[in-house]
Amino acid sequence: METLTDQNWLLTVGVFLPLVGVLVMMFIPRNEESTQKLVGIVTAGATLAVGVFTLSAFDYGRSEDLQFFVDAEWIPVINSNYTIGLDGISLPLYILSMAVTFLVMVYSWDNMPDAGNPKAFFILMLILQTGMAGTFVAQDLILFFVFFELVLLPMYFMIGVWGGENRRYASLKFFLYTMFGSAFMLVAFIVLYYNTGASSFGFAHLVEAGAFIDRDVQIWIFAGMFLGFAIKVPMFPFHTWLPDAHTQAPTQGSVILAAILLKLGTYGFVRIALPMLPEGAKAWAPVLGILAVIGIIYGALGCLAQTDMKRLIAFSSVAHMGFVMLGISTLTTFGINAALFGMFAHGLITGMLFFVAGSIKHRYHTLQINKLSGLLVQAPHLGWILGFAAMASLGLPGLAGFWGEFPVILSAYNPGFGLSEVLFRTLMVIAAIGTVLAASYLLWLYQRTAFGEPSAEFSNASSEGGVAHSLSSAANEHDDHDEIYDVTPIEWIAWTPFLVAILVLGVYPQLLFKVIDPAVTALVSQLGETLG
Amino acid sequence: MLAAEALELSSGWFLENAWLIGLIPAIGFFIIIGVGKHLPMKGAEVGLATMVSSLVLASGAAVQWVQRTDSADGHTEEAAGAISGFVRSLSPQAAEGGHASEPFIEPVVSTWVWWQNSGLEFGIGSSADGLAVILLWLVAFISLLVQIFSLDYVRGDRRYTHFFAALTLFSGGMLIMVMAENMVQLILGWEIMGLCSFLLIGHWWEDYDNSRAALKAFFTVRVGDVGLLVGTAILFFGSNQWAVDNLDSNGFDIAAIQAWALSGDPSATNWVLIAGAASLFIAAIGKSGQFPLHTWLPDAMAGPTPVSALLHSSTMVVAGVFLVARIYPVFWQGFNIDDGGLSFIAIIGGITIVIGALLAFVQDDVKKVLAYSTVSQLGYMMLALGTGAWLAAVFHIFTHAFFKSALFLSAGSISHSGSHHSFDMKTDMGGLRKFMPVTFTVWIVSTLALTGVFPFAGFWSKDEIIDNVGDHGYTFLFWVGLAGAALTAMYMTRATYLIFFGEPRGAAAGELHGDEEHSEEFEMETLTVGANINAPAVSTPVPAGYADGDHDGVTDGLTGGVGSAGDEPHGGSSHAAGEDGSDHHEGPHESGPHESGPLILVPIVILAFFALFSGFTNATPLGEDWERVKTYVEPRPVEVPIDQYLASGPGESLRLVVPNAEEDEGQGEEAGEAEHGKVGCGYDVPEPGTACFFPAVTHAEPTINKIFLSLGVVAVAYAIAIAFNVAYYGRKNKHLNGLTQRSRPLRAGYLFLENKYYLDYLYENVIVHAIAHPIAKGAYWFNQHVLDATVDQVGETTKKTGIWVYENIDQKVIDGAVDGSGHVASETGHALQPTQSGKVSQYGALLFGAAAVFAIVLVIVNVS
Repeated sequence: METLTDQNWLLTVGVFLPLVGVLVMMFIPRNEESTQKLVGIVTAGATLAVGVFTLSAFDYGRSEDLQFFVDAEWIPVINSNYTIGLDGISLPLYILSMAVTFLVMVYSWDNMPDAGNPKAFFILMLILQTGMAGTFVAQDLILFFVFFELVLLPMYFMIGVWGGENRRYASLKFFLYTMFGSAFMLVAFIVLYYNTGASSFGFAHLVEAGAFIDRDVQIWIFAGMFLGFAIKVPMFPFHTWLPDAHTQAPTQGSVILAAILLKLGTYGFVRIALPMLPEGAKAWAPVLGILAVIGIIYGALGCLAQTDMKRLIAFSSVAHMGFVMLGISTLTTFGINAALFGMFAHGLITGMLFFVAGSIKHRYHTLQINKLSGLLVQAPHLGWILGFAAMASLGLPGLAGFWGEFPVILSAYNPGFGLSEVLFRTLMVIAAIGTVLAASYLLWLYQRTAFGEPSAEFSNASSEGGVAHSLSSAANEHDDHDEIYDVTPIEWIAWTPFLVAILVLGVYPQLLFKVIDPAVTALVSQLGETLG
Repeated sequence: MLAAEALELSSGWFLENAWLIGLIPAIGFFIIIGVGKHLPMKGAEVGLATMVSSLVLASGAAVQWVQRTDSADGHTEEAAGAISGFVRSLSPQAAEGGHASEPFIEPVVSTWVWWQNSGLEFGIGSSADGLAVILLWLVAFISLLVQIFSLDYVRGDRRYTHFFAALTLFSGGMLIMVMAENMVQLILGWEIMGLCSFLLIGHWWEDYDNSRAALKAFFTVRVGDVGLLVGTAILFFGSNQWAVDNLDSNGFDIAAIQAWALSGDPSATNWVLIAGAASLFIAAIGKSGQFPLHTWLPDAMAGPTPVSALLHSSTMVVAGVFLVARIYPVFWQGFNIDDGGLSFIAIIGGITIVIGALLAFVQDDVKKVLAYSTVSQLGYMMLALGTGAWLAAVFHIFTHAFFKSALFLSAGSISHSGSHHSFDMKTDMGGLRKFMPVTFTVWIVSTLALTGVFPFAGFWSKDEIIDNVGDHGYTFLFWVGLAGAALTAMYMTRATYLIFFGEPRGAAAGELHGDEEHSEEFEMETLTVGANINAPAVSTPVPAGYADGDHDGVTDGLTGGVGSAGDEPHGGSSHAAGEDGSDHHEGPHESGPHESGPLILVPIVILAFFALFSGFTNATPLGEDWERVKTYVEPRPVEVPIDQYLASGPGESLRLVVPNAEEDEGQGEEAGEAEHGKVGCGYDVPEPGTACFFPAVTHAEPTINKIFLSLGVVAVAYAIAIAFNVAYYGRKNKHLNGLTQRSRPLRAGYLFLENKYYLDYLYENVIVHAIAHPIAKGAYWFNQHVLDATVDQVGETTKKTGIWVYENIDQKVIDGAVDGSGHVASETGHALQPTQSGKVSQYGALLFGAAAVFAIVLVIVNVS
């Protein structure tokens, strides 16, 4: 794998620019809320602009190579370098993290959670952005670990301070559970380091040298990484922090959590665990596949049992990440491509669903499904957006979700490197049945919340009475909670890019596959060198 | 020897740009959604414009396809003497000796890269061949008429714009599917239709029953779609390597799958083909309303009538039939249709014919009669495909679309102008022929076509199916087909009698049901059999206690307490939504029935015209010259040399060259030596270097005896049905009335039908209920009380251990030893108090964060 070092300042700027904004915000008094918000949004916007420039500077003909590559000395004592680079696998997620942060901050312009204090809130989001972007560009295990863990803190505070009634329990659980996994992961990293000659933490070196580690050792190291990444994904049975974290987190936290944070785990599998430990990956692949498919069915069943809309969406994440993990576990180009597409699509779609859930909560002050009814009557645009996102989530072709689901199912028919065909074909059929369950819980949710007449409790809340469309009431968005108003301009600004991206990627998936495919092909052929 | 002369087939702009036919409605959808409300006709004009453009393009494509075929055949005839060996091997039974030298007419393909994976590029675009072209034209044509009809029919509806948007996308989905050149595009169109059926069936979603029916339709089809996904996967991996090696294509390419299935390649083993065919057929069962997944179709009547007309004629439900017809070689080989074995498809088709027809007898809602009629007719198409009568099946799709949409739209016309938005034949119709002569004529013509009376369209197509089924050795299914025809004649007679003859009742007699006065279509359209309980005008043969008592108390699976809502009578109740219902209907209500306006009549008259004459497009009994559909639509089972098959790379048009004479002479000799009597594509392995795209299906020779047999069966059925109906409904014959209440076996049979074979009960109250309630709840209980409890327990235990260690070891042992002072111990204890409230983790977090920030500082320092 070659590396390109042109314009290699881009990534460093892209990753650390948010911290400049943090620095500025520190010196602005806390009560100047608008200024705080503005600085935060401008910083995130500037970061996104750097990201867009990165997109234009990226050489798509060589997306299998690391580009904008930097390799500087960092902590010589442990041979850890500041190595960063971007290839086709990380580029989409890197850009997604920037876009999502920016849009979430725009959304926060007039949708601050009740606890207030935008200064702290925006600062945390900017720090979060640095952690996420850094994780996707890091090419050194220690650097990766630092960024990976850096993400935890802001999210912990976002849930713990701005969350719902049960926020302290949820945030603590999120933090400790993830830390628990990280501890094993760190041990695994260190064991890997010593087993490859203790000369470097750089990915390139570890990929090259990792293949020569004894198979049994690889399996043990993989186990450590598995714990760290599987908790982050989260895979069944390590998913129980997720529904609590999502339900308690503020809307912004839920969106970022679903859109980016969960992907850190799957990205870790693709970027670190698979290429560095091919034998370990092959041994673990059936386990990953089985747990993934259990996650698909189990997550869907969990959804069917929910009475809270946000919790339902959280459980649907378990199911969708199951599809992603199934794709990864096939160890085929086909499956991993689809998994990466699925990660991106899930980020957009589930992020969008959480936005809608947040807006419903804002208007109705409840997310109890049985209390909500007739959303399409009271807030038709919001209802349509919910329907759109639900359709995308259940994998309707023409929308992004399909391309993360269908090829994954397909790839399980033919797993790579001599994995059991009988097992994976069984998994394929079960996963396909999972799509039916996905349709059932999402449409059922939609039927109960969007269709029908508004329930008595809220039927007078609309300014023009039960049936009339309440477009005009959108003007009264400030704190007049007696009104059920439709999508506000700020919400449109924050959501439109999501909606457009879901549609565009669904109609023309080649946009993303073209970037991912060469990189994944290179990765799998790397695996093939060891596994044959 | 004749030189391998390349035969240039004529192509044309319309064929090469057939993709526009599907793209235009898709774009139209977004235009209507985006700006439709601000347009003078609320978006309907955009829908109409897209349909007109699609129809024009499809017509152009059809003309050019005919020219293309003629150019090939003309060429062949010129060289007829020299290439006498250029023979499509005919089976002994084949009736059409004259077309022996027909060359393969390759489809015109235009594709672009849609997505790539594993370095393979998969396309999206159009593949225009006979099957695609005839259906493109049909879909565009029917869609246009349905939209014209809708202009008046749904005028003033509260979601008029959305209705046209969804209707347009619905047609677009079907067009995209029909022109698909690969399986993924087919899935795309397939699922777009699923989405639109959801939107349209649930159009009046304020009413719970409607949203429930929409959900059911989407969900049932989705169950079948599992088969589509799995089947596509099986075929992709089965054929991909072969397709890459031989055709420079991939395993999604439909042409490649066809060729692979017939290639006899070792990768095309029986197991793979059977598994692929069976999986895909499950999808077809779900989509095309075959037994046992037909239950969503009647519920789908909750949508507006134009939707039913479109859904039941040329789109949606024929998608499953189309799927089977499109990749027919897979089914041909997988189910051994070539051996005359009793194929899965034929069995399901046969069952569906009968169960659909029987259910049509107990419906009082005219739309449900037609819905079950569609189920039954789809059974015919599947039966034909399952027994090798490919052409007859496709022809039946073609003719059925005209008369079924005509019937549905007539029903719409009746409810619009004759029965005050009721579809209940028993309470609100009767004697309407006097008031609605045009609708009556259309209905009669279409009914005659549906029942297969000479010379109406259904006669030519249905008879051809029955004839071919018998000819291919399926004697039992032949009689099933005839029995189905007889049943069709009977239930249609019943419906016709109830609607148009006898004394006007209810709304047809000008009566309005009290407080229902302003509860409009959306309510009335969901009127179901249950409503006849409230019918005073007719002595209904409903057994006491059947009503909803059977269902109540059984909670619906998903929703906990719905019962089978489709059977719930709600005729007299005023709905919450009823109040605002009045705003989607315009004009004063004339109290009596009257004929509909021109926007409604013109489309149905045109459809009736086609119901009368479209059969002559393939009037087999009249001779070969009449077999237009066969000539232009049925692919020719000819071995095509692969080396001349230029890959249909994205952005290019597929062009291949017909085989030269040299190769085919050898083929002709070999054909003579074959043992089992049937030779050619689909029976023999194609010559090395050649590929077949379609099996050599045989065609029955029509005989006068068979024609008279089927006509006789229909005539007898008509006679019996008319006599019975007059006696039963007209004269109120005492022996017949209430028979189902008096006779136990009859009553049991009636109940069995009334409850739709209890399949809905099984699905909704057993399967869905089980998944939604005990299983999902159980899984969630496991989640909360086992998995999550474990996590919490671990946390608790750790915390307790910490406290214990702190109190017993740290404080008493270590600290005690070090300091020996209780004072210090209590100070520390105070400071560490928050341990128990969990704050220590926050400190830990801060500590960790500080380390992280420090690391970042190091990064920055070192980089620069």
